[in-house]
Amino acid sequence: MPVAFFAVFFAYPVAAIVARGLKVDGVWRLGRIADVLGQSDVRHVLWFTTWQALVSTALTLLVALPGAYVFARFTFPGKQVLRAVVTVPFVLPTVVVGTAFLALVGRGGLLDELWGVRLDTTVWAILLAHVFFNYAVVVRTVGGLWAQLDPRQEEAARMLGASRARAWRQVTLPALAPAVAAAALMVFLFTFTSFGVVQILGGPTFSTLEVEIYRQTSEIFDLSTAAVLTMVQFVAVGAVLALHAWTVRRRESTLRLVDAATTARRPHGAGQWALLAGVLASIAVLLLLPLAVLVQRSLDAPDFAYYRALTSDEGGIFLVPPIEAIGNSLQYAVAATAIAVLIGGLAAAALTRRDAGRFVQGFDALLMLPLGVSAVTVGFGFLIALDEPPLDLRSSWILVPLAQALVGVPFVVRTMLPVLRAVDERLREAAAVLGASPWRVWREVDLPMVRRALLIAAGFAFAVSLGEFGATVFIARPDNPTLPVAVARLLGRPGELNYGQAMALSTILMIVCAVALLVLERLRTDRTGEF
Amino acid sequence: MRPPLLSLADATVRFGGRAVLDGVGLDVAEHEIVCVLGPSGSGKSTLLRAVAGLQPLDAGRVSLDGRDQAGVPAHRRGVGLMFQDHQLFPQRDVGGNVAFGLRMHGVSRPQQQERVRELLDLVGLPGAARRAVAALSGGEQQRVALARALAPRPRLLMLDEPLGQLDRSLRERLVVELRELFGRLGTTVLAVTHDQGEAFALADRVVVMRDGRIAQSGTPLEVWQRPADEFVARFLGFENVVEGTVAGEAADTPWGKLPVPAGEEAGARTLLVRPAGVRLVAADAGLRCTVAARTFKGTHVAVHLQPRDDGPRLEAACALREAPEVGDVVGVAFDAAEIVVLGRGARP
Repeated sequence: MPVAFFAVFFAYPVAAIVARGLKVDGVWRLGRIADVLGQSDVRHVLWFTTWQALVSTALTLLVALPGAYVFARFTFPGKQVLRAVVTVPFVLPTVVVGTAFLALVGRGGLLDELWGVRLDTTVWAILLAHVFFNYAVVVRTVGGLWAQLDPRQEEAARMLGASRARAWRQVTLPALAPAVAAAALMVFLFTFTSFGVVQILGGPTFSTLEVEIYRQTSEIFDLSTAAVLTMVQFVAVGAVLALHAWTVRRRESTLRLVDAATTARRPHGAGQWALLAGVLASIAVLLLLPLAVLVQRSLDAPDFAYYRALTSDEGGIFLVPPIEAIGNSLQYAVAATAIAVLIGGLAAAALTRRDAGRFVQGFDALLMLPLGVSAVTVGFGFLIALDEPPLDLRSSWILVPLAQALVGVPFVVRTMLPVLRAVDERLREAAAVLGASPWRVWREVDLPMVRRALLIAAGFAFAVSLGEFGATVFIARPDNPTLPVAVARLLGRPGELNYGQAMALSTILMIVCAVALLVLERLRTDRTGEF
Repeated sequence: MRPPLLSLADATVRFGGRAVLDGVGLDVAEHEIVCVLGPSGSGKSTLLRAVAGLQPLDAGRVSLDGRDQAGVPAHRRGVGLMFQDHQLFPQRDVGGNVAFGLRMHGVSRPQQQERVRELLDLVGLPGAARRAVAALSGGEQQRVALARALAPRPRLLMLDEPLGQLDRSLRERLVVELRELFGRLGTTVLAVTHDQGEAFALADRVVVMRDGRIAQSGTPLEVWQRPADEFVARFLGFENVVEGTVAGEAADTPWGKLPVPAGEEAGARTLLVRPAGVRLVAADAGLRCTVAARTFKGTHVAVHLQPRDDGPRLEAACALREAPEVGDVVGVAFDAAEIVVLGRGARP
């Protein structure tokens, strides 16, 4: 079933756009590939895309790994809220993040006003925004597993004469490696295919592959060049995914997982307090400050003027008041989450089976492809592939959730797979021998153990769906805009009122996400009581 | 006549070209307790997994009650399996673990509770239903695993190294309890272990495995008294195995002429001398040996003897007070009743 889903809603649209791009008058012209790659500006784009992604990933790991540790091992007041707060940036539409950083480090921004510092013409603005974006990826993926690692393993190593650092390196790090690799891969893919952030902060100087594809598609209407660039991205991403699958398969081992609640404790000693303080400070500066600036700008008019403007349809940008986008977004996101969890859960379960063949293992990497292929391509592909028989979904509301689910599934798989693989195969066998059918084995043995991971996955899928922009912008109907689409349209128009409305709507999106995530966190702690 | 409850015919499992089970044939009758004994890697766990349906056969057949089990998935075979390290479900309490198989078989809640209580009484853990499995000791976990396996009343109960991780005194006590329990319940049991003491104490019949094949099958007494070949003899812990040439009622060996029971086929054979059949005599009579080591065995002392003429070492069992000191020179005589001419074995 997951295979069919991806064949119809991913492979087919992508094939359609590639065919549209490369086929001229019914004849394949593969020579186009060499032509496009020969251009020096294309090579320049490729180089920039790669190195900024590498640097962004390294920076994110550097900043976020201590954060993952703090969230996994320490208890402190407000931890629940803070965990949700650091996730908020991740779900914000790229356009809003770009604008928030522009408001912080750009011309007339906060730093400019205070010290006359501007970073928007340097690559640092992009890198910082990427860290801002992906902090949660590392904290969630690595921290989630870290919290469940048995600290006694490390204690055993220390009893055998290993120093604290050595025990960490020899025992904890290898256990965490699959999660760190998964997180690093995600961050690399996100930054490699970064669109909105680079579009706004990069100006004319910096352009990623994704921005270039968008430019070729929507500004120059050079579909064949866009198609070639899409294929280049496809290949690059495929290579990264293959590498990742290889490292993960080599390193993944059966871990002894324990209840996360038992592993965290209050920090003690100056060093641990300093670490906690450092992490909190970095969160404040890197994550909270841009959001605060965003909120401040949305309120930068008397009597909530920007917010009140949202409820009227006088602006004429949409057929409906912008405020209705909230309802649309929530409905779409719920549907997309359901689809993503169902498909992703089935796929993860299939991938865990020990007798999984080569085909299934290849599918592991295939599932991640929608992450790497530009959302713009998916959206555009949906538009041109699913608008005619045999599959005409263009007028159906399900089209938007489908596209969003496609982007959400890899999160579900990535979050669940490490935990599912850590479940001892013999526990499943014990259940089978006691009379449980394969489906019941999954429900009785796997599900209780992965429930936390499943909820986290659902949260991710929901958040990604809420913030999804690149694909949605192509297929959302004008009378049913989602929040990010509405924000982008408002930003695209001149005038202080539109800018302010965009800020206000972004603030609302931020609050919706925060509330949704807080509910999830709540749910999560309730359920852990069962363990 | 009823077919045997479990019947394996020519059962073969290969892992990447290597046969882990190699044409195994084995019948287990109803109410019988069969113990498969073998060193690690002999394929005994694979045998259990094949019967349980967790490991598909590459050739041969597994039948239960005369019915071929090919294509029957593990959860429909109606057999119980107790795993080596128990594999209790960590997120369920003791009662939840024991009731698991009953739930899978659609037993009503009140009946589940009744049966859980009954089983926990049976295994000596009354009132433990609400305890967390993480809080149990090794012996208690073993009892819960047993109760869990017994709960759905499997027609065949399989035990994989049932007492493997427990300490010795507990193991010896539990093996007696198990034997008693299975006798009372009339359970048909197929167990595997690498511990001969456990196998002999538990089983009606012992099956010795080597490299995926059955080396010997018989009652504990038969196997102990007449090991089929050198492998079985050595695996049972016998050290005094020697090559010799049998002629009539004597055999020519590096230890000199050994008396053998009448009626043995003449020619080159392998002989086993049980330690009890090695008698110490005066230093100037019999085979001259130096005492190389002695180990205290509780009921007797095992004396390791090095023949003066550089023959293979000998082990003798001596009464506590009669054991010589290390370095003493003694003479050795042999007792025909404790000498066994071994079979040639399937493979050398």
